[in-house]
Amino acid sequence: MLRRTLRKIGSEGRNDCPRSRSLVAAALRANRWMTNSEAPSNGSNGAGPRRAPLSIDTINKRVINSEYAVRGEIVQLAQKIARDLEEGKASYPFDKVVWCNIGNPQILGQKPITYFRQVLALCECPQLLSHPHIREVFPEDVIARAELLVKAIPGGLGAYSDSAGALIIRQLVAKSIAKRDGYPADAENIYMTDGASPAVHYMMDLLLREPNDSMMVPIPQYPLYSATLTLYGGRLVPYLLDEGAGWGLDVAHLRQQIAAARASGLCVRAMVVINPGNPTGQCLSYQNMRDILGFCREEQLVLIADEVYQANIYVGNKEFFSFKKVACDMGLLKDVPLVSLHSISKGFVGECGRRGGYMEVTGFPSEVKDQILKLASINLCPNLSGQICCALMMNPPQVGEASYEQYRAEKSAILGSLKRRAELLVSALNRLEGVTCNAAEGALYAFPKVTLPETAVQAAKELGKQPDWLYCKELLEATGIVVVPGSGFGQADGTFHFRTTFLPSEEDIGRVVQALGDFHSEFIQKYGGLQKKQPALATAANGDNEY
Amino acid sequence: MVRKEATRLVAALFRATNKGISSSWSVGGTRLKSAMPEPQETKDEDLHHKDGKVLHPHLLNENVMKTQYAVRGELYLRAEQLRKEGKEIIFTNVGNPHALGAKPLTFPRQVLALCAAPFLLDNPRVEELFPADAIARAKKILSAFKGGVGAYTDSRGNPMVREEVARFIEKRDGVASNPDHIFLTDGASVAVRLCLNAMIRHERDAVLVPIPQYPLYSASIRLYGGTLVGYFLDERRGWALSVEEMQRALKEAREEGKLVRGLVFINPGNPTGQCLSQDNLKELIQFAYEERIVLMADEVYQENVYQDERPFVSAKKVMHEMGEPYRSHVELLSFHTVSKGTAGECGLRGGYVELTNIHPGAIEEVYKCASINLSPNTMGQIALSCLVNPPKPGDPSYELYTKEKAAELASLRRRAHMVTDGFNSLDGVTCNFTEGAMYSFPQIKLPPKAIEAAKAAGKAGDVFYCLKLLETTGISTVPGSGFGQEEGTFHLRTTILPREEVMSSFVENFEKFHKEFMKQYS
Repeated sequence: MLRRTLRKIGSEGRNDCPRSRSLVAAALRANRWMTNSEAPSNGSNGAGPRRAPLSIDTINKRVINSEYAVRGEIVQLAQKIARDLEEGKASYPFDKVVWCNIGNPQILGQKPITYFRQVLALCECPQLLSHPHIREVFPEDVIARAELLVKAIPGGLGAYSDSAGALIIRQLVAKSIAKRDGYPADAENIYMTDGASPAVHYMMDLLLREPNDSMMVPIPQYPLYSATLTLYGGRLVPYLLDEGAGWGLDVAHLRQQIAAARASGLCVRAMVVINPGNPTGQCLSYQNMRDILGFCREEQLVLIADEVYQANIYVGNKEFFSFKKVACDMGLLKDVPLVSLHSISKGFVGECGRRGGYMEVTGFPSEVKDQILKLASINLCPNLSGQICCALMMNPPQVGEASYEQYRAEKSAILGSLKRRAELLVSALNRLEGVTCNAAEGALYAFPKVTLPETAVQAAKELGKQPDWLYCKELLEATGIVVVPGSGFGQADGTFHFRTTFLPSEEDIGRVVQALGDFHSEFIQKYGGLQKKQPALATAANGDNEY
Repeated sequence: MVRKEATRLVAALFRATNKGISSSWSVGGTRLKSAMPEPQETKDEDLHHKDGKVLHPHLLNENVMKTQYAVRGELYLRAEQLRKEGKEIIFTNVGNPHALGAKPLTFPRQVLALCAAPFLLDNPRVEELFPADAIARAKKILSAFKGGVGAYTDSRGNPMVREEVARFIEKRDGVASNPDHIFLTDGASVAVRLCLNAMIRHERDAVLVPIPQYPLYSASIRLYGGTLVGYFLDERRGWALSVEEMQRALKEAREEGKLVRGLVFINPGNPTGQCLSQDNLKELIQFAYEERIVLMADEVYQENVYQDERPFVSAKKVMHEMGEPYRSHVELLSFHTVSKGTAGECGLRGGYVELTNIHPGAIEEVYKCASINLSPNTMGQIALSCLVNPPKPGDPSYELYTKEKAAELASLRRRAHMVTDGFNSLDGVTCNFTEGAMYSFPQIKLPPKAIEAAKAAGKAGDVFYCLKLLETTGISTVPGSGFGQEEGTFHLRTTILPREEVMSSFVENFEKFHKEFMKQYS
């Protein structure tokens, strides 16, 4: 009897509060005999209920608690709809799903840059290099580049490279960083990664020790940060980007937040900055970056600079500066530990599927770098074709080389088109009743604020959902357009947003905008319209004229 | 209006500052749970920086600091250094066949190239460059990968490839396989870590791991804050796996209050090379069933078998043949990869885990964790597709593909014998035959003087031996202590991967070094 009771406590205690867990531990210590009988002999017929060792109730709570909205519930619903459409199972008022939830350009028809793919094909199948007709199929500089890489990467694409990435790749990346910033970069500070996400995992793993360790993260943020913070057992200290000031980042506000966090006993280890912003699209000014670096130095924070959208800037008066360059300009390179992330998934490259990226760390003691290398070595190495693609992105064809003209034309066509689509989408959003949207200065997203009718807010509450979730779900069901609710990124109290990419092709984006507009009006009408007088917080920040 | 908005924000900020952030920021409602910081205990200033450094080695995550990963540890770093100084190094520290000159299988690489550069398919010369079946396969793959190889796939991997993997498993085992329970990953290591992360909640959670083991397990369990419980393989009986030994380990762990959640076994063994018999697998499955432990079957070397008495049998097949209650109750995670076998495509990073009898809710959570990294790389997925669904008889590539595979496997078998025989011919060295996998794990009986010299140098005996071997011959191996070994014994792991044409000089160099070493310290 006692045994059964204890076992019952044991099974509950596995996941409940720490107190009951330690109670069980004590019970176990006191009753050693009991632990041996934790698995009762079950007989061979297998009758009787078995408690599975691996069930939803007994897995790591941090796993369950982490949320990743970019591929969350709305996306799962969209996947189901896409499957239904494919199999002709159910009918919807649209014939295809438009994936605006994620910056995945090639799925919406963006073509890869030819030069990258040519070099990759030769690296993947090096026997082609000795084919008699190869020069008729591939340009001269592509062949030369592939020959160089195949020769310089020991064992080719099929061998594990150094865990930090093949040396030649890191050297090529370092060289191009030096060229970009006008300051030297060292291959020893570069770690190649499978996309930029693993770099974030490394930093979380390295810096978070106990539940009071925390990081400052912008709100709205890219949910990779909130998800990994939860997964690695740290806390998120939010700092709010000011929507009314074009998602500006105010250093005085940073000071307030860090003071508040510290006053409540948190240990703030690092600050995350996404520049250009995701989902907010703003580009930081040079002065703003200086202030942020000064802040990090004063407060002794590691600065994690998510710079994966550095090639995606659409306004003439803004320019991308890397935090490393600004730190060098200020003479702070040694004083502020800095991690700069980059990726082949974004920009005009859009090679999401290949999983390539790197992080450059500066101001890190060498013992700490050894620890990063150790973490990287557990996964052996990042994939080689992603590494090569990253080196190519950083070292494109130069003027005078055979592929230069085509490369330049493809690049500017993609960037020009992204700019047109960004402007088209943002201005269309601003024309909708109760919607305001800051200009997308950079990145791949628009993050409009939507004023929702009170009835819709109530309806969502009754479902136990966020109002923006309801809006996005109905948008999906009415139009097939998949966007992500603002609550997945974080937003100021009482405001509602969604994130959409502007990646549908130029032929499609007109239809998307039209469908979105029609849906919006119907939604507002369905839920009884917007009240004449909105509370101040929900009115337009930069759209007085429209409202 | 702008001003009004700003005022509201500032007011909200002040509320936040005064009341504690959680109460006034609805940072996405329930989404950002970590955005509600309520500290558990007061903070120690010293936790944040030391000697003016935030990133001080003493202030990093303890689990990171304590993690050890020997395959790329001290010996490897020294080897890298020597290589940079211009010395020729033979890297037998890691199963990395192409680095030692193995050639990739032609067919998968042709398909990869066409998928990477689909415009080649429209080139008038394409049929001179590629066989028809590689072209057909590339077209099929490109039509299944929406957006081509440059787009994120489903976080579990492309559905068509998962379907192909499921068919491969069904053909191998004669047991149904569900593609929705297959996760494609960037190599098998990622799959192992995905599962361990979900399984381990706190230090009390333990995983049974063979000793010697592959250090991925010790490193990952440490990193996730769990406890490794070792069970010894019996060197004297060809590294046999005994259930009595597992029971001993389990009992002791439970007596210490541990919750044993998982059991790892590696078949064929790494670094030990033994192949498990069907009966042995049955016992293992029964043990897992009775003790309610998740079985983690590391089967990445399933193709690398160099004897005929015990061909590879998957745990899933055995479990199924055992009937109820095992077949539908034992929770099994099986891992496979493109890095090993005859393909040896380590750099492409392709692998998978199949989850059998796992709670759907737990699968959902694993799916979510996979989604945080968006998707596995597409080239690895395509390589996996080619390996699980190779050219069929009658296809233009069939003959070459079969020939390349058979030649590599036969050569590996010969090399397994060459290495084992070489070690066993040395005084003070004993070595079990490499029945499978890619490694040889000889025991070296170090003379007392060598052990003293090692102690004086502040090194473990086997580390000392391996360092000397490296400095003298350029052969880079891994000391047995990285894998775990019985107290007082010394081992090293080397791969059997040097090419056949250099193997005899490899064995000779080793012999020469060993004899001199023994002479010096006798």
